[in-house]
Amino acid sequence: MQDMLRRYGPGLTLLMCLLVAFWLIMLVIVPNITLFEQSFRPYLPVTEIGGPRDTYSLGNYMKVFDGRVEKSILGFSYTIPVHVYTFLLTIFYSMVVTVLCFLMAYPLAYYMAKIVNPRSLPTLILLLFIPLWVSEVLRAFAWWIILAFKGPLNALLQAVGLIEDPIRWTNMGYTGVVIGLIYTYVLFMLFPVYNAIQSLDTNQIEAAEDLGAPWWKIHWRIVLPHAKPGIASGSVMVFMLSAGSLLVPSILGSTTSQWFTQTIDQWFKDALDWNTASAYAFLLLLLCTLIVTLAMWLFRVKLSDIAK
Amino acid sequence: MSAGIDLENVCCDFGTFRAVDNANVSIRPGEFFSFLGPSGCGKTTILRMVSGFIEPTEGTIRIGGKDVKGTRPNQRPTALIFQNLALFPLMPIWENISFGLEVRGVDKATRRKKAEELLKLVDLPGAADKMVSQLSGGQKQRVAIARALAVEPQVMLLDEPLSALDLKLRQHMRAELRAIQQRTGVTFIYITHDQGEALAMSDRVGVMSQGRIQQIADPREIYNNPVNGFVAGFVGENNIFEGQVQQAAGGMASFVTPHGTFRARLGDLGGKAGKLYVRPEHTVLSSTPATENSVPVTIGDISFEGSFIAIHATTETGAALTSEIRNDGSATVPERGARMFMSFDPARAAILPDANVRG
Repeated sequence: MQDMLRRYGPGLTLLMCLLVAFWLIMLVIVPNITLFEQSFRPYLPVTEIGGPRDTYSLGNYMKVFDGRVEKSILGFSYTIPVHVYTFLLTIFYSMVVTVLCFLMAYPLAYYMAKIVNPRSLPTLILLLFIPLWVSEVLRAFAWWIILAFKGPLNALLQAVGLIEDPIRWTNMGYTGVVIGLIYTYVLFMLFPVYNAIQSLDTNQIEAAEDLGAPWWKIHWRIVLPHAKPGIASGSVMVFMLSAGSLLVPSILGSTTSQWFTQTIDQWFKDALDWNTASAYAFLLLLLCTLIVTLAMWLFRVKLSDIAK
Repeated sequence: MSAGIDLENVCCDFGTFRAVDNANVSIRPGEFFSFLGPSGCGKTTILRMVSGFIEPTEGTIRIGGKDVKGTRPNQRPTALIFQNLALFPLMPIWENISFGLEVRGVDKATRRKKAEELLKLVDLPGAADKMVSQLSGGQKQRVAIARALAVEPQVMLLDEPLSALDLKLRQHMRAELRAIQQRTGVTFIYITHDQGEALAMSDRVGVMSQGRIQQIADPREIYNNPVNGFVAGFVGENNIFEGQVQQAAGGMASFVTPHGTFRARLGDLGGKAGKLYVRPEHTVLSSTPATENSVPVTIGDISFEGSFIAIHATTETGAALTSEIRNDGSATVPERGARMFMSFDPARAAILPDANVRG
């Protein structure tokens, strides 16, 4: 703070502090606190707001346990509250997206960090970034077209001879959603992993090879452990963004796919019950944070490693 | 087990730049061989070709008589010690050392035992469970050596491993390295730009410049009988006189310089021009001229170096010369500004060609 005052003078320092404070308070803290407060109050007609029935309770949160449906896994059938079911699938497929993003990003990150000629690296990074310049909506629609029944992907696969009849990609459960989410968020995995691998001393890779290690051993014992913080921060980002995405599941979802954010959206827009919607939103945030914390503990990653 | 290494007409190009040009050397099993040269002379490239990280553009490399063309570093019986050591910071010391054994599928208990044995060999017992960051520079050095020895290589390749250490430790590690080499009998190939290191440790030294091996000989021969001006100038100090060979007979020649005509040993000039080289410690300063090889000089700066005293002087034409006298009281140190004669024994001076370079 002293340093800032000396460098920019009192006027500019005050302006910067005020802007940061405005961003933090008005755009982050106040909206969240408002929703948080609302989530404990019942959904009431306007005239009754502030009346005797307007009391705090966990009622909105308990609504996730309403409405049981019958499902079966491996011939074993059970009943489960429909929103819990949606939530579990959302978490599961977000994890699938995270793992697939990692599997795609890791080889590319390694290639970029250690193999490619440094002179062609800027071009490569630019090529990766160009899709980000297009809006998320357009990119989701682009995939909707690619995956269409008579779209280019089916045409290509048929031309190559891998499939005989076209496949209904966007009507196969969560397939479309997973593909869309990977495409949208894979770069959030790629860059942290790339940064982590890039900071690894190439001599260590060579030393391992010189000591007789085959390529997979070098990755398993040297590169992956070194890149762990990067992988963790990429995974947290991809997981959180996927679980919180509304656009991709809305556009690329099938009749049998339901994302938890869509449920929240329905409470907001269809039921106009903002209180329950808020409760669901906080539930998602809380449980996702819990899952991330658990995963970090499981993989022995510290928060300070990720923040680097 | 140790193996010899033969380089036959080995060349290595990076694009249009020739890093190593026609290297021929035969390193004997169990030998401590150093490549000595300034940075960029191609010595590290040779090391990386032997370890397998670079393929030679031309020529053959044999390890233990076998052509190693096309084999990866992990298939060669060599172990490389990197300049920055490249220890694995996320593994404890014993895992670092036994990494090569882990790769070979040795079970954990045996690995641990072997690591502890090696730690004893490099004089670092009890460090097995420490992390790399807890060790000092010299200790890391020892771990790197132990890690390389663990795979029982036939050849150890060392890429300036002592350059990061301070002077005292470096001198200590020199002796240590030499002792480890003799204890294990493994062939050591050592890369350095430090002539002191190369001369003190090696059985033989290969001096390199601009991709070419200039001279291969034992340390004394390198110092006493350099084959050309580069070797003479890079290894130790020299006074250099420019001039022309006039009469040559029986290995000696007269050499005409602006400072007079000198007699000196005649090196293999190969038809090229040469210069006369004489080491500062082989010159004598006196108040009267000697019978031959005497130059009148004016004494300039006198610098006290501990074991010897360096006396800088200038000739009448302004050329700078240096003489060294031992700090044992046997000679009086001249005064600054005194006019004296610098003379040298013809047998201790040599007329040599310039460095052996391309083109």
